[in-house]
Amino acid sequence: MRDAELPYTHDVAPGDERHASVRLRVLGYVVGLALAVLLTATSFFIAGTNLVWQPSIPIAVIVLAIAQMGVHLVFFLHITTGPDNTNNVMALAFGLLIVLLVISGSLWIMANLNQNMMPMDQIVQMQR
Amino acid sequence: MSIAVAHDDPTHLGVLAKVVHEGPASKRVVTGYGFWIFLLSDIVMFSCFFAAYAVLSGQTAGGPTGAQLFNLKSVAIETACLLLSSFTCGMASIAAEERNRFWFQVAMGVTCIFGLAFLWIEFHEFADLVARGAGPSRSAFLSAFFTLVGCHGGHVSAGILWLLTMMAQVLAKGFRADILRRLLCFALFWHALDIIWVAVFSVVYLLGSAA
Repeated sequence: MRDAELPYTHDVAPGDERHASVRLRVLGYVVGLALAVLLTATSFFIAGTNLVWQPSIPIAVIVLAIAQMGVHLVFFLHITTGPDNTNNVMALAFGLLIVLLVISGSLWIMANLNQNMMPMDQIVQMQR
Repeated sequence: MSIAVAHDDPTHLGVLAKVVHEGPASKRVVTGYGFWIFLLSDIVMFSCFFAAYAVLSGQTAGGPTGAQLFNLKSVAIETACLLLSSFTCGMASIAAEERNRFWFQVAMGVTCIFGLAFLWIEFHEFADLVARGAGPSRSAFLSAFFTLVGCHGGHVSAGILWLLTMMAQVLAKGFRADILRRLLCFALFWHALDIIWVAVFSVVYLLGSAA
């Protein structure tokens, strides 16, 4: 929606942006696409290379993925930190909280159970 | 001079004091916000599938591992398809705001072609895996893999049906306010699918091939 003339206290729907000119909006998508391609290419390169210390690769891939999600949120979904976007950001923050709880909680609990489980051959022996 | 500064500064108290009783938010804001909440709940659902995949990714039951199965070249092409379709979807949003029917239909058509190309490659990958005896019933790892990636593919299929519906609605009814609200929701949905694909190719394919 082109509501650049409205004061900033009006809320903006997620996905809408305030820039008035077509050229600026197209430029925003082009910059977003360029950043996303750069991050994706780096990700694919890092995953298959021997140039870096091998145990660092999973962390590098995950960090690049999180960075790219940020790029998509800002340049494609137009989620900003402006006061007109507060509601959208608060909903996103709550969603992220649940996502982090589900993923880290599952990994933590299942790794803990795995560690405390008796090896399979011993369980088989006990059942005799 | 000071008035201009006040308008440039969104948190300035002078600006805030001017707009007090504005009434309820516009329908576009309410619709977009409600759909945003739905998308976040969809992402929470995907996070459960991601958690299941992360827990089960090592449980191959003596079967093939991800490193033996995945073909990173086709994953790279799939990623390119989705990225470009997200970009052309943005172009369609701009065309809709400019009320330009021609460029809207062109951008949506290109988006549709990229989406279909993505689905085509993914379908062939799945068919190839099943033909090699690595179907969803082979191991817990493959069950989690097919559930997660298949769920994303299902979303893309639904998105393409929605996309074609929007093309037809704009053709038949033009850029009415309610059609524009649906377009806003569709664009949000399509961009969100791209975000989920970023997580899929990183966690499933890249980490799976590295390990």
